Amino acid sequence: MSETTVKGEKVEASPADFYAAPGKEREYTSYDASGPGDFDDIAAAQAERSDETLVINMGPQHPSTHGVLRLMVECEGETVLSIRPGIGFLHTGIEKNMEYKTFTQGTAFVTRMDYVAPIFNEAAYVFSIERLLGIEDKIPQRAQEIRVLFMELCRIASHLVAMATGGLEIGALTVYMNGFREREVILDFFEATTGVRMNHEYFRPGGVSNDLPENAITQLHDLIAWLEEKLPEIPMFCDANPIFRGRMCDVAYMDLTACFALGMTGPVLRSTGYPWDLRKSQPYCGYETYDFDVITWDSSDAYGRYRVRMAEMFESLKIVKQAADRLEASIGQPVMVDDPALKWPSKLVVGPDGQGNSHEHIKHIMGESMESLIQHFKMVSSGFKVPAGQAYVPVESPKGEIGCHVVSDGGTHPYRVHMRDPGFAHLQATPLLCEGGMLADIVVAIGSLDPVLGGVDR
Amino acid sequence: MSDEIISQGEVTPAPIPAAAGQLLSVKQGMWSAGTGDTSGFDGIVRSTWMPAGSQPPFGDWYDAAVARVAELVESPYDRVVFDRGELTLYVRAEKLVEVAQVLRDDAQLRFEYCISVSGVHYPNEAGAQLHSVIHLQSITHNRRLRVETSASEENPHIPSVVSVYPAADWHEREAWDMFGIVYDGHPHLTRILMPDDWVGHPQRKDYPLGGIAVEFKGAKVPPVEERRRYQ
Repeated sequence: MSETTVKGEKVEASPADFYAAPGKEREYTSYDASGPGDFDDIAAAQAERSDETLVINMGPQHPSTHGVLRLMVECEGETVLSIRPGIGFLHTGIEKNMEYKTFTQGTAFVTRMDYVAPIFNEAAYVFSIERLLGIEDKIPQRAQEIRVLFMELCRIASHLVAMATGGLEIGALTVYMNGFREREVILDFFEATTGVRMNHEYFRPGGVSNDLPENAITQLHDLIAWLEEKLPEIPMFCDANPIFRGRMCDVAYMDLTACFALGMTGPVLRSTGYPWDLRKSQPYCGYETYDFDVITWDSSDAYGRYRVRMAEMFESLKIVKQAADRLEASIGQPVMVDDPALKWPSKLVVGPDGQGNSHEHIKHIMGESMESLIQHFKMVSSGFKVPAGQAYVPVESPKGEIGCHVVSDGGTHPYRVHMRDPGFAHLQATPLLCEGGMLADIVVAIGSLDPVLGGVDR
Repeated sequence: MSDEIISQGEVTPAPIPAAAGQLLSVKQGMWSAGTGDTSGFDGIVRSTWMPAGSQPPFGDWYDAAVARVAELVESPYDRVVFDRGELTLYVRAEKLVEVAQVLRDDAQLRFEYCISVSGVHYPNEAGAQLHSVIHLQSITHNRRLRVETSASEENPHIPSVVSVYPAADWHEREAWDMFGIVYDGHPHLTRILMPDDWVGHPQRKDYPLGGIAVEFKGAKVPPVEERRRYQ
C-alpha cells in the first residue's frame, strides 16, 4: 500500500481503489477528494510524488460547461495535457420522437433542441419542409419579414447569453447581469406574440402561426430604443478591460485551416477573418434585401469571437429596424401560405380569458360549414402530406450553421429528421483549443464556442 | 436559365446508370395490416418511392461537377438524383473515400467542408437498408452537395471519411450509435449519445419508441406487500 503525507501527517491512500476492476490489486495511487485533505493537499501530495498526472472530471454538472457537458481533463500541474469531451447526458431522443408526430407537431420538438436560440431550430426545420413541399416561393412577404425580425432578435438574445455566461465564468458579473436583463426585454416581446418566452413553436411550414399583436410595432420601437441605449454598455465595460483582455486574448486559438478541417462555422470562423455568413452567401427569407455587414476579426481567439458577437448584435439591430419599417407597411397582409391543404385551419386570438381559437372560426366550423369542420379535423388530427424525398436547408444561427436534413416518405410524418447543430460540430475542437493551455482557460475556450447542450445532444 | 444550360454544352455527360428510386413503403387497405379492415379499401395498394435517378442535363454547375468526379474516379455512381434543386450522388461504398478525396482536393470541386453525416434506415430496400448521408459545402465556389452511401443490415460496413474530413468524426460516431453503421477506418468508433453499455441502435425503424425499461444500478423493486402504503 502506498503512503503519502499531508501537512506532516501520514495519510494512507484510500484502501479501496474505485477505478480498479473487482478483485484487482491496487496498481497505483489514486487521489480523491473524499479523503482527509482539501484539494490543495491532494495537489500537493501529488506534486510531491510526481508520479502521475492528475485526471479531473469537469462536469457533467459543472456550471461552466453550458449544460451537462463532461470534460475529462488530464493535467500536469495546471497545464492541460489532454482533454476529452463526453456528451449525451441531455440526449432526449427528439429525432426519433419526431418520426411519430406530424410535420406541424415537429416544430414543438425542434424548438426544444437549442433552447437559447429556439427560433433557428424552427427555421431550419420549417425551411426544409417548405423545400420538400415546393412552396419556398409562395411564402407571403409579411411572413418572411416576421421571420427575419424574430431570427435577428433571437440572435441578439443568444449572443447576450453567450457573453453573459462567458463573462460570468471569468468573473465579470456585471456583463452577466446586463446581458440577461437585455435578453429578458427581448423575450418579453417574443412572449407578447408567441405566448411563451422560449420554445415558441412559432414558425410553421408555410409561414408563422399567428400575426403580430396590434401593439407589436409600438412595443418593438420601445425594444429597439432600449437595446440602442443599453447594448453599448457591454463593450464599454469589456472591450478594453485589462482583466477581460488578459483572460480572453490569445486563448483558445484556432486558425482558418483548423476551422476548415473541423467544420467550424459562425463567429468561430469569422474570428479568423474569413467573412462567411450564410445570410450573405446563400440568402433565405429575403436577407439579400436588407442592409447589413458581415463582421470579422483577425485574432482567431476567444477575444476575437467576443468582438464578432458584440458587433453582430449591432448589425442585427440594424436589420431589426429595417424589418420594423417593413412590418409597419405590411400590416394586415397574410402571414401563412394561401393553401387550404397546408395552412393551419384556425387562428389564435387573445381574448378576455387568455389566448385561444378565434370565435369567428369556431362559429364558422360549428354552425355554418360542415366541410370546414372536416377540414379542421383532418388538418389537426393527421396533418398534411409531404411528397417523398429529402432536403437540407442551412440557416446562419448565432452559433454557426444549423441545418435540418428531413426525409419524407410521402406521408404525414417525417421519415427521418436530423438536426445538424453547430455546437455538436464545434465541441469536437475542444482538444485542439485546450490542450497545452491552462486549466482555467478551458471555461473560456468552451464559452467562446458557445455550445448549448440541448442542441448538441438533442 | 436556358442560356446556362446551352453554355454547359461542352461538358461531356458523365456515364450515370439509369435507376429507379428506392421503394420506401407499401401500404395496403385503409388501415395498417392486421386490424380487421372492413372499409372495403383493401384492394388498394399504394407504394411510395424516393425520387428516381436523374439524367443530365441538370443545369448550372451540377453537370460539370458530376462529370468531373466521374472523370477522376472510375465509375463512382450507383445513381445521381437531382431533386428540388439539391444534387445527391449515390456513391458505391468501395469508392466513397476516393470520391471524398477528389471532392475535397480538386480545384474544380473544392468541397472543403463536411457539414454533417446522418444515417437513414430504409428497411424495405433489400441489401441497402442503411444509408449514410454526407452533406458537403464548397466555400470556394459556394455550392452544396450530398453524397449518399448504403450498406446492408447484415454487413453494415461503410468506409469512414474521417481521413479526408476530420469534421466527420463525431457525426460518424452518432450514426454508428443510432443506426449501427460500422465506419471502417474510423479512429475510435464508440457510442456518443447513448450510454456506452447500451444494447441496440435506437433510431432504426424496427427499434420501438419507448417501452425500454428504465434501469438504475442496484435498484430493487420490493414485493407488493412490502411497498409503502399511503393511508
